[in-house]
Amino acid sequence: MKRTIITVVGKDTVGIIARVCTYLAENGINILDISQTIVQGYFNMMMIVDTKGCGKPFGDMADEMAALGEEIGVVIKCQKEEIFDKMHRI
Amino acid sequence: MINLYEVTETNKMIEKENLDVRTITLGISLLDCIDSDLEKLNRKIYEKIYGAAKDLVKTGEEISREFGIPIVNKRISVTPIALVGGAACKSVEDFASVAKTLDQVALEVGVNFIGGYSALVSKGMTPADELLIRSIPLALSATERVCSSVNLGSTKTGINMDAVKLMGEIIQSTAEYTKEADSLGCAKLVVFCNAPDDNPFMAGAFHGVTEADKVINVGVSGPGVVKTALEKVRGENFEVLCETIKRTAFKVTRVGQLVAKEASKMLKVPFGIVDLSLAPTPAIGDSVADILCEMGLEYAGAPGTTAALALLNDQVKKGGVMASSYVGGLSGAFIPVSEDQGMIDAVRAGALTLEKLEAMTCVCSVGLDMIAIPGDTKATTISGIIADEMAIGMVNQKTTAVRVIPVIGKGVGETVEFGGLLGYAPIMPVNRFSCDAFVNRGGRIPAPIHSFKN
Repeated sequence: MKRTIITVVGKDTVGIIARVCTYLAENGINILDISQTIVQGYFNMMMIVDTKGCGKPFGDMADEMAALGEEIGVVIKCQKEEIFDKMHRI
Repeated sequence: MINLYEVTETNKMIEKENLDVRTITLGISLLDCIDSDLEKLNRKIYEKIYGAAKDLVKTGEEISREFGIPIVNKRISVTPIALVGGAACKSVEDFASVAKTLDQVALEVGVNFIGGYSALVSKGMTPADELLIRSIPLALSATERVCSSVNLGSTKTGINMDAVKLMGEIIQSTAEYTKEADSLGCAKLVVFCNAPDDNPFMAGAFHGVTEADKVINVGVSGPGVVKTALEKVRGENFEVLCETIKRTAFKVTRVGQLVAKEASKMLKVPFGIVDLSLAPTPAIGDSVADILCEMGLEYAGAPGTTAALALLNDQVKKGGVMASSYVGGLSGAFIPVSEDQGMIDAVRAGALTLEKLEAMTCVCSVGLDMIAIPGDTKATTISGIIADEMAIGMVNQKTTAVRVIPVIGKGVGETVEFGGLLGYAPIMPVNRFSCDAFVNRGGRIPAPIHSFKN
């Protein structure tokens, strides 16, 4: 399993989750966990996904997700899980 | 499992508080390049460095993308050139040709600095050491990316005062050679006491002879992260203050450890150390001085500054040491003047003097760093400043350093602009009384009594 954290932050609008999930499904990326809140009109989501089934290099996937974010008007970041794990777990 | 709060906290550190990995430094031994033929020596050096470092920048960028953390610098350190060039170099021009080779290969592999144009002369100088030192002004004026360092003393050997005297002259001469660029050469030249073999930070990085053929050392940073964490504990007591710094330093260092391990794996080069440092940049919010102010000082340099810095340095180490399997290098809070907006403000406000900075170097990670002084400062005065700093390092068994820039043609109150990470600095006054007779004595200062531990 290759776990990646996807964060989506921006002004709330219709279909953010749908668009992101469509991309993930089309690229063979499995969603393991989703948390999402709206704070003062701002959409804030974190997904834990497994990218094992995705044939693309990590950098390409991250670039495509970032481009998708620009289309929707939100910021989408992909980061390998280890950076969070190392920082917050002993 | 990782939660939304933790992810947001990490990304806020990166996006808003300037958390970054300051440098991945690839140490390369050049001992196997030694040759008595200068041309062959230069070719071997070029080939070894190019072969080892051609993927360094690309790897750094890849890691940066995967974890979403900026890796600001990718750099190279090499075996002190005085050792490598001794057999082939018979003149200052010969040594400078090696500097040009280093500069060329650094340019081609895409690193912004290459360190190791160095000599280790803490007890005495070989003819090659002295020749390399004398070639520094020429080498630094003829190259862009080469950094030079000289170790002048240690707790075990005492201080080589002949070399201290010579370095005062060399710093002056380097300033003169690079006066068209506001004496920029001196920003790439540092002298040490107790120089570590595994320091990843410039200008003092070199690949010590105790090291393996190649090694990856990583320097972390994050003064902005510490400052933001401290904003939440305003008015709390010292226990709370210290715990907050420790917790933050732990988090920052863990990122460095992760990046170091990943770079080591991808480049197939052993992991050396993580340097637990708070290294400021001229960017707003990336300042060590601002942390001191957040602790309760009006400006860095106010009474209480040395205590605040001592506390900060110690807590950074305590928090960081558990976050990494191997720590080393300089490790602690850096206090360069030109690279820290808070320090610059303190100098401008009249709160921070050279003498106070000297006191601060007793408890910070290194020493007098990136301090612009008047261009007409005498060489012996610079040697006196160096001797004081070396004595602090020798007696306190810590690394100390001096990187001062006598800016030719400029005086107190004027400003010098170095650009980029090197920043800008107001020129600071230097004590005007003479130490000529002291510096001119010659010889060396013996090691202190507490160095005899055998």
